[in-house]
Amino acid sequence: MRAFEYHAPTSLNEALSLLQELGEAARPLAGGTDLVVQMKENATKFAAPSHIVNLLRVPELGGIEFSESVGLRIGAGATMAEVAESLIIRERYQAIVEGAALVGSIQTMNMATVGGNLCNAAPSADIAPPLLAFEAEAVIVGPAGRRSLPLEEFFLGPGKTALAVDELVAEVRVPVPSAGIGSAYDRHTPRKQMDIAVVGVAATLSIAGNRVERARVALGAVAPTPVRARRAEGALEGQPPSDDVFARAAEIAAMECSPIADVRASAEFRRYIVRVMTMRMLREVRDRARSG
Amino acid sequence: MPKQLINLTVNGSPYEVAVEPRWTLLEMVREELRFSGSKEGCGTGDCGACSMILRGPQDGRGRLITSCLMLAAQAEGCEVTTIEGLATNGRLHPVQQAFIDTGGVQCGFCTPGMIMASKALLDRNPSPTLEEVREGLAGNLCRCTGYAKIYEAVMHASKAGK
Ligand SMILES: Cc1cc2nc3c(=O)[nH]c(=O)nc-3n(C[C@H](O)[C@H](O)[C@H](O)COP(=O)(O)OP(=O)(O)OC[C@H]3O[C@@H](n4cnc5c(N)ncnc54)[C@H](O)[C@@H]3O)c2cc1C
Ligand code: FES
Ligand code: FES
Repeated sequence: MRAFEYHAPTSLNEALSLLQELGEAARPLAGGTDLVVQMKENATKFAAPSHIVNLLRVPELGGIEFSESVGLRIGAGATMAEVAESLIIRERYQAIVEGAALVGSIQTMNMATVGGNLCNAAPSADIAPPLLAFEAEAVIVGPAGRRSLPLEEFFLGPGKTALAVDELVAEVRVPVPSAGIGSAYDRHTPRKQMDIAVVGVAATLSIAGNRVERARVALGAVAPTPVRARRAEGALEGQPPSDDVFARAAEIAAMECSPIADVRASAEFRRYIVRVMTMRMLREVRDRARSG
Repeated sequence: MPKQLINLTVNGSPYEVAVEPRWTLLEMVREELRFSGSKEGCGTGDCGACSMILRGPQDGRGRLITSCLMLAAQAEGCEVTTIEGLATNGRLHPVQQAFIDTGGVQCGFCTPGMIMASKALLDRNPSPTLEEVREGLAGNLCRCTGYAKIYEAVMHASKAGK
């Protein structure tokens, strides 16, 4: 690893002033499961940082809270293990737990943060599709104060986000889910554990009577960023939650995404998996929405 | 880069160590503190040979981490446990003993990490199923013993194995 100077702020203000003062030369560090690997391999997507700002001791970035009036707040510094173990997230936002629980091993989950997963901006980031399907917002803090951005607008491309160099993600906000909503996330990987998604699919459905009131489908690893499958959502809303309707929506999702071919899979195979996984997720969510 | 002083507890003893910012926790524990039980297999979080249990100042209980991905400086104020910290008064920890009794060790390179992961699992879940043991050790690779003997050792050390 190249040499750098290390800073360990103990408040959000201190962290922000360091980032402002150091500019491009600095990089925030949370769990290190992306950044330390990249620094060791000299493969950061930006110039090797000469200053590292540790975020682990910034109390404002921690915690997970829920209230019926404002919904869920996940601090950027919350680890995947904390998310996966959170009772409130398990109860209300099952897909988010399923995403967090897939991030590497126990060790990885104990270190990897939600903020790091989003800011690293891999198209395959497992926490992203579930958060998109719940219409989460990223709360960004910087010298100019706080701003909130729908997660969809936060991702700009592989490794690229809407963050300025002197900004941090402070937390993620997720609205209160509508009554009777079900959700699910899963991914396809050649190996069961310790692998990166070839395709990830998250879905939420609100079903009233025999009608899908609201549908959200989000896909990982099949576009430059995690994306919503808006046309598939459109094919679901207002329709009965039947296998026929799901099959059509799954086909649309496979058509509207823009996968690449890489060492993990060809583009056609990814499209095929999007269709299979979307169908599977929708059926799973239907069961959950009905039993919940 | 000038070294920085950090304070932490390793295997129950307090240390003040001068660290280079770019040192990982693993490098510091092995090279400076000379606890060389934890190994570096991959250096990228994939093999688990460097697994340690870390308890932060705010944490209720320790958690298993891959020390090759944490900067030593980030462990300031933490309590770190490595394989060297498991035995008490010269008696091996039951998990260590179980690995010996069931033949869960061959070359031994993965063993310190395996045992730390097993201990962390049993602390959380004293009577895991075989499937839970598999999952608990999914971040630890072994290239010679074979996992069957290792899972057997963990089951043996668990409540159910007693
Ligand atoms: C063995 C292994 C397996 C993995 N498996 C998976 C997997 O299955 N699925 C998956 O999605 N990922 C996986 N990952 C990747 C990684 O664990 C996640 O992306 C993780 O969530 C990153 O979080 P972190 O806290 O470690 O981030 P860091 O590495 O500390 O930071 C990542 C990036 O985000 C920036 N950053 C961090 N926090 C903030 C913040 N609050 N504000 C602004 N910028 C910030 C950093 O500057 C850096 O650029 C794996 C990694 C390893 C080592
Ligand atoms: S050396 Fe740390 S996980 Fe392999
Ligand atoms: S005993 Fe040799 S790697 Fe596991």
